[in-house]
Amino acid sequence: MIDIVHVKKSFHGVQVLGDVNLRIKRGQATVIIGRSGCGKSVLLKHIIGLLRPDSGEINIDGHDITSFSKRELFELRKRFGMLFQGAALFDSMSVGENVGLGLREHTDLTDVEIAAKVRQRLKEVGLPGIEEKRVAELSGGMKKRVGLARALAMDPDFVLFDEPTTGLDPIMADTINELICALNRKTSETIIVVTHDIVSAYKIGDHIAMLYEGQIIFNGTPEETKHTENPIVRQFITGSSEGPIQAL
Amino acid sequence: MADDVFILGRRCLNALEHFGEAMMLLARIFRAFPMIVRSFRLIFNQMMEIGIRSLPLVFITSVFTGAVTAWQAEYQMKEYVPMIFLGTGVSKAVFIELGPALTALVVAGRVGSSIAAELGTMQVTEQIDALETLAIDPVRFLALPRFVAGLIMLPILVIFADFFAMAGAVVVATQLLSITTATFWEGVKIFFHVLDVMAGLVKAVAFGGIIAFMGCYFGFTTRGGAEGVGKSTIKAVVFSSVLILITDYLIATLLFRV
Repeated sequence: MIDIVHVKKSFHGVQVLGDVNLRIKRGQATVIIGRSGCGKSVLLKHIIGLLRPDSGEINIDGHDITSFSKRELFELRKRFGMLFQGAALFDSMSVGENVGLGLREHTDLTDVEIAAKVRQRLKEVGLPGIEEKRVAELSGGMKKRVGLARALAMDPDFVLFDEPTTGLDPIMADTINELICALNRKTSETIIVVTHDIVSAYKIGDHIAMLYEGQIIFNGTPEETKHTENPIVRQFITGSSEGPIQAL
Repeated sequence: MADDVFILGRRCLNALEHFGEAMMLLARIFRAFPMIVRSFRLIFNQMMEIGIRSLPLVFITSVFTGAVTAWQAEYQMKEYVPMIFLGTGVSKAVFIELGPALTALVVAGRVGSSIAAELGTMQVTEQIDALETLAIDPVRFLALPRFVAGLIMLPILVIFADFFAMAGAVVVATQLLSITTATFWEGVKIFFHVLDVMAGLVKAVAFGGIIAFMGCYFGFTTRGGAEGVGKSTIKAVVFSSVLILITDYLIATLLFRV
């Protein structure tokens, strides 16, 4: 379980996370929605220990990771996989090297065994046989899927997705959503997705939480989200420019 | 006036902050040294990049450095110094100063900028964050191999540079200045000291570390997209070049006490 308690974070005097409280149960797919720049990605980076909060706790299975040393954080991250907004593939490596890097660094598997695992993961994301391709040869959608294969390579307990469908055409976006849903159905992995794509949120989420002005202002099932009376959530899910959220 | 003091104070604080961050990165690189064996493949790749791929550039700059040194030494010496000392002067200049310093400066331009641009791009495209999420220490995976490769390959490049420069000098001396090969080499041998060559190699080790470290530091601290990458690249080359010249002076004062 991930328990975020009173987390605050500011950058150069600008508060991004005001007082975030959120509990994510094991095996649950939680989608965090919110406007661009509201701090969703910052929250995700706190959960995996890339950023430390100014105050508050982030408990992973009962351990507060905000007090972890760098070494303890590296150990913890072996249980995590993360898909970045731009995929963040290593462009000096081939697709196969990207997907197999974690296995090569942290396991005693032979090259043949790693190659087999890489092949399997790429097949699962619908990209069989592209191990030798360079990252520069891939389309945006392919990069995201390779990024997903890399995130899943170590069989993580928690998988984090940072805007997985941003910048993709609707069909490719749905393909990515389907892959995430399939992952949730097949495994007991805990999934956290941050997005401003409400279609994806409904499709993927067991729970949807909304981050607004540095706080979680709503947390409920997709059905509860659709029928909420909260005017901020309503404005966001209907995509209206009229309402309490001011267009900047 | 108050504004000027404020700006000056802020710049001093910024400089101190950079210095502190750089020292912390250096400490992390040294702490990662026990992982050298595990990083052997990465170090080997960087040795190829920093060393072998720099050879053509080092060849051209060294040959012409040797050639111009011989030419200008002859011009300055011809009226009052016997020509047997041409080889002495050229070899001392090349082994002690020109070989290591010029090689370091051209490698700083080629390799320092490349490291800063590569790591800077990785920083702004979240590739370094991605490494961290894969539980891989970016300092161990990216900085350590480059730093070690810099320490190893610069002295090797300097040995080549010394050789190429002397070859260039010999060609100019024998073909254009009417000095025999025997006279030239006799001059080299008369006052040859192993310390001269060793001093050049000691400098080269320090220069190699500076080039790789500056590239890594400015790469890791890149912010702000393509513009940031460009600025980091410039800073890496400028700071490497300045530090090379300062270090050159400091090592010279330590090794050649008058």
